[in-house]
Amino acid sequence: MSERRRRVFITLAALLVSVGVLAYLGFGGIGENLVYYWSPTELKASGDQAVGANIRLGGLVEPGSIEREQDGLTLRFAVTDGEASVPVSAETVPPAMFREGIGVVVEGTMRSDGWFETRRLMVKHDNEYQPPGEMQDLDIKELMKSMQFEESDT
Amino acid sequence: MKRLRWDAILGLLGVLLLLVGSYIGLFLAPPDRHMGEVQRLMYVHVPTAWISMLVLTAAFVFAIASIWTGKPKWDAAMTGATEVGVVFGALLTAQGMIWAKPTWGVWWDWDVRLTTTLIMVVLYAGILVLRSFVDDPERRATWSAVAVIVGYVDVPLVYFCVRWWRSLHQIQSSPETVASSMVVPLRINSFAILFIAIWCIAQRARLEMARRRGESVALPPKRAPRTAEIPGTPQGVDNV
Repeated sequence: MSERRRRVFITLAALLVSVGVLAYLGFGGIGENLVYYWSPTELKASGDQAVGANIRLGGLVEPGSIEREQDGLTLRFAVTDGEASVPVSAETVPPAMFREGIGVVVEGTMRSDGWFETRRLMVKHDNEYQPPGEMQDLDIKELMKSMQFEESDT
Repeated sequence: MKRLRWDAILGLLGVLLLLVGSYIGLFLAPPDRHMGEVQRLMYVHVPTAWISMLVLTAAFVFAIASIWTGKPKWDAAMTGATEVGVVFGALLTAQGMIWAKPTWGVWWDWDVRLTTTLIMVVLYAGILVLRSFVDDPERRATWSAVAVIVGYVDVPLVYFCVRWWRSLHQIQSSPETVASSMVVPLRINSFAILFIAIWCIAQRARLEMARRRGESVALPPKRAPRTAEIPGTPQGVDNV
């Protein structure tokens, strides 16, 4: 009987630790302190505090904002979340998926002149896979939703 | 003629389905409108992800059964599922990196999905290492089962992290977001990889049981002088 009890105790203790850690991570609000990227709105709101630090900025490439410099190296575009928009200067070759309206996460620094400087440009695409064919119009709100740029409330 | 075991039949069926599903995925399904041909990696990457999480969930259930009952068969099943989970998790990470480079532009980034997946692989590999250090079979079963149960925390995190936190990896697709011509090979390959996983786990569990039986056999004592040997009695094999 004591052997049986010991087994039950170990099983329950292990399960308790497992569920406890998961509940803490899932519902303990760790996401507030663990931010993978800043949205343009958040970056704008933090003002000078964001200048100089190595951070990530995430959002959509604003339609009509992509420009390539004459030097053939620098790529300029704006990252938007539908509310605020941050101009980005990227010295990198973008992946083939890079285009207007696509999600991006750029890693770099905010300059005091309001430009975000990056050498690491990553494309964040949505969960849709469709054959080639009709292209829909770019709707920032819809795109934000499908690329999960809106914060969930947990 | 030797009869095939049930799991071997399942495994062969899995290999066959994998060939069919991959053929459809590579040659009959359309390319993605934005990603082009590289999207076909989905037909192995997504099933590998599903099945590795499913297999580790099975390991979790086997671990509970193993401590609860103390029966060696559950410990063997847990070992098989954990090993297959580690192998599939490593494959998953490699496939993900191969897909990430041409689409996201980077091989790796410390996003939640990628980080929790890497933790999953390293954690379960660590549990297997821990196992190999314990000589006493009962203690080994208890310790590794506790580690598997506690370590399982990371598996739901791998699944839900993209919904809970900001990430680079997109959230789960669903039949609504994937063209039906792509869903067909995805489903076939998912069953294929599931069957192959079950085959591997069954084989590995059987091997683990054989090892365990081997452990409980006492080592033969040093050979006695020839004169003392009684013909017809095997030495040292008293407990099989």
